[in-house]
Amino acid sequence: MRDGPWSRVWHGLGQRRGAMAALGLLGLIVAASLAAPFYAAWVGVDPFVSNVAGTTLRHGQVVDLMQPNDNPLHLGLTPLGPDWRIGEAYGLGSDAQGRDVAARVLYGGRNSLLISAAAAILCMMTATAIGLCAGYFGGWVDIVLSRMLDVLWAIPVYLLAISLSIVTVGHGLRLGPVTIGADNLLIPVIIIALVYIPYAARPLRARALSLSRAEFVMVSRGLGASHWRILTREILPNLADTLVVLAPLLMALCLLAESSLSFLSLGVQAPAASWGTIIQDGEGLLYTRPAVAILPGLMIVATVLSLNVLGDALRDTLDPKRRGRS
Amino acid sequence: MLRMLAARLGQMVFVLFGISVLVFGVFFATPGADPTARIAGRGASPEVMARVRSAYGFDRPLPVQYARMMEKLFVSRDLTSFVDHGAPVVPEVMAAAPVTLSLVLWASLFWVVFSLAIGIVSAVLRDSWVDRFFMGIGLLGLSMPVFWLGEVVNLVTQSRFHDTWLFSWVPPLGYVPFSESPLGWARALLLPALTLSVAFIGLYARVLRAELLAAMGEDAIRTARAKGAGPARVWLWHGLRLSWLSYVSLFGMDFAQLVGGGALLTEVVFALPGVGRLTYQGLNTLDLPLIMATVMYAAVFVVLANAVIDGVYALLDPRIAEGRHGR
Repeated sequence: MRDGPWSRVWHGLGQRRGAMAALGLLGLIVAASLAAPFYAAWVGVDPFVSNVAGTTLRHGQVVDLMQPNDNPLHLGLTPLGPDWRIGEAYGLGSDAQGRDVAARVLYGGRNSLLISAAAAILCMMTATAIGLCAGYFGGWVDIVLSRMLDVLWAIPVYLLAISLSIVTVGHGLRLGPVTIGADNLLIPVIIIALVYIPYAARPLRARALSLSRAEFVMVSRGLGASHWRILTREILPNLADTLVVLAPLLMALCLLAESSLSFLSLGVQAPAASWGTIIQDGEGLLYTRPAVAILPGLMIVATVLSLNVLGDALRDTLDPKRRGRS
Repeated sequence: MLRMLAARLGQMVFVLFGISVLVFGVFFATPGADPTARIAGRGASPEVMARVRSAYGFDRPLPVQYARMMEKLFVSRDLTSFVDHGAPVVPEVMAAAPVTLSLVLWASLFWVVFSLAIGIVSAVLRDSWVDRFFMGIGLLGLSMPVFWLGEVVNLVTQSRFHDTWLFSWVPPLGYVPFSESPLGWARALLLPALTLSVAFIGLYARVLRAELLAAMGEDAIRTARAKGAGPARVWLWHGLRLSWLSYVSLFGMDFAQLVGGGALLTEVVFALPGVGRLTYQGLNTLDLPLIMATVMYAAVFVVLANAVIDGVYALLDPRIAEGRHGR
């Protein structure tokens, strides 16, 4: 299997320094997010409990988490700012509720990455099924499915996601016998997957359409293969490269959508964190403690950028004709 | 040709119908979204609930309710809000539309100018450090959440560097109507529009570069070169003519989605009272008539844009009109 498709992908990626750097950065972010509980235990903070009256040690001195304000009237309190010592409690400062920002950003990464990856996978599975059926069967199946996608696509993506979130987040979702709790992470996953189905299904449908007219499919049909066999054994494997290229790009889009929903308090619900909710927390502190809003944003940018670089590199590797084109 | 137009029109109406049913269904069939309880208020007595239900017609069958709402929205245009003391909804959307339109017009101006410049320069200087730098920047722009970028812009221009010569002109957040002060209008929209356009500049520059490079391999370019056309004419005239189809269709879709409320996050962060923010308010109060009005308004734009794009396609490439071009 030395010249199999996967080894070709690996080899192609290995030759691109940008792609390897992106893969490394992505691995680092995932590992750091997975290590969130260890970090919290190590520095001794609980990032899910409000700790407004708390204190912490800094440079050997006990300081309040809520500092007197530096405005002339000393009205209100400002959370402790960062001193940039990672690995100490409150090294990146505290948020408005006295919670450790560094630990929350790490925990937030878990939810952001989990939701966007799950949404991307769910979206691709559904889109593949729709694209396969529409492209292969054609006729009225294609018309019905394509019109449904048109309807979904004609509503601005974020507007649709926000609408669906408002009626489900905080109320729960009942699908027949299955009930999904109000703060279950599956709700944002399903919503984000749903809104991007047209985006993913269109190229897959086009590919399935051209494949279903290919000679090897005709031969297979002539030999008496069933629809199911043709779909799963002949056409699906040939969609693999389209899917591989789509996966990181779709996950990048899902991550941006997730952070937007959470930013509008419509995704991950408090006290749980995602990068978007932390930016929302930091909005009120923007002019006094900007780090709270900026740090999770930087994490989003780093992750989405890595995913996009990876997607580009995969496309160039799998489709040499397009090399250097985009 | 006439048959194609009729089919196209039927398709547009179908999509609009589908969207209205979808939105209506989502908000009426979802448990916990019952408008009666919201209108009557928390802890209302069963009698009050029953009165509200019959006054608003919530006891009628859903298809009847749907038909009445559509009639009020499109025919008599006097659909009233469920929450805001029964304020009419259509004027509210009409008041918000110019804000969004101004924002999106500015943003699209920026993104077309910058993406054309960057895309062409990157394609001409392919694989040089200039190309790599621009494409890297473009990808970075694509990767930034727009609401976060907006907050960073606010932090820099409203707080940290507001007192320096560079940003002392930045007005406080909000919108200034053009009729009030054209200069104030432009000043209020400059930064929000730039923020909104960043991702699109990145995307469009990359798309244009890719299409230009693909076009350079075509016979028409070789012919033009052989006929003695200079590099400027080859790239700007022949190259762009071959490659602007996908650029135009992308632009039509994105422009329509933004005008239809897709700029919601930018409007929220910069406190611009546009259609997106209006929809967001309607959603937060589960005000179905308002949501219906804004979503249908958005959908009309998107569906129209789709039709216009198809028309432009047919004009630019007669093969499509004759159905010979595999799509």
